[in-house]
Amino acid sequence: MSLYIDIFITFFKIGLIGFGGGYAIIPIIESQVSLHQWLDVKQLTDVIAIAAMAPGPIAANSATVIGFKLAGIPGAAIACTGITLPSLLVILILGKLFIKFQEHVLVKATFYGLRATIIGTIVYAAIKFAISNGIIGGSNLIDIKNILLVLVSFVLLVKTKINPMYLIIAAGLIGILVF
Amino acid sequence: MKNVNEREIDFKILSDLFFTFFKLSPISFGGGFAMMPVLEAEIVEKKKWIDDKQIVDTFVLAQSAPGAIATNSAIFVGYQIAGVPGAIAAMMGMIIPTFVIVIVLALLFVFFQTNHYVLAALNGIRPVIVALIASAAYKMSKTSLIDKTCWIICLLCVAVLLFCPDINIIVVILSGAFIGIAIVKIKKMFSTSVKTK
Repeated sequence: MSLYIDIFITFFKIGLIGFGGGYAIIPIIESQVSLHQWLDVKQLTDVIAIAAMAPGPIAANSATVIGFKLAGIPGAAIACTGITLPSLLVILILGKLFIKFQEHVLVKATFYGLRATIIGTIVYAAIKFAISNGIIGGSNLIDIKNILLVLVSFVLLVKTKINPMYLIIAAGLIGILVF
Repeated sequence: MKNVNEREIDFKILSDLFFTFFKLSPISFGGGFAMMPVLEAEIVEKKKWIDDKQIVDTFVLAQSAPGAIATNSAIFVGYQIAGVPGAIAAMMGMIIPTFVIVIVLALLFVFFQTNHYVLAALNGIRPVIVALIASAAYKMSKTSLIDKTCWIICLLCVAVLLFCPDINIIVVILSGAFIGIAIVKIKKMFSTSVKTK
């Protein structure tokens, strides 16, 4: 029971601070999951792979997989509810107010700093995931095969509208052939 | 009699909301931004639930509120049409299909995670996940890092997170918001003092 409560509170907190949606929430999930020693970064990378292969929000999907790993389907439902509930509450309570004040100096100033910080957290997450998966900073400093995969995927994701699911499937096939 | 009618209409709208987002949810690959045009076509043009101005407000709010942009949009569309029950119906419609798909994938993963081929495939997939995260930062930076000050805040944030692992990321994010307020205030003071000279 206490694990259920722990899962709920942790993901509720993540959902509450998860500004920017999607991949902006990954660094927060990473920090909270390591804090609880639920998963290491490599396991979390696999979780995100599963989450990114499914349609829908990457953060809620990741929460679902982590909850599932920790406590089966009830854990998955609790984690997914926990991360989504803050959105519902914030929008219901502050939604109309925000639309009225979205041009207010203080609101704009808050998001000016907040958005820049969020980018920083995502860049940090990319670096951390690269290190933890031995892509950079390992015994060879840079793993050529891996870094090539990162760069090609990055260019495809930025320059084309490729569906991440296809990219993941293609990379999986490459993995079977090369590794 | 009127009461009964109202209840019927309510239920109809709620189920309509639920199933509209239920249908949209499984095709929402590529995250919130990719979903916006699909949502607009369905909600504004086809269903005529809300108008152009309202959908713009919805997307602004969806990006500003914490959480997933697509789910946030669904919640606020539901709320505008049918109040709190509408918000919940739209949210459930958005979440349930992807939840089920994710559970199926997770079950498959647990079943096959020791398989030789799956392990090899994961070795190929992990770099893509790094690229996915990095590309999200790159795409968002275009609208978020609008001047030099933003770049400095961003780099400072990366440095703090990398070199001071004891500082909680939640504290870092909230500090970013306060730094934003402080900088805008300082800039304003500076520009007025320049003007007065």
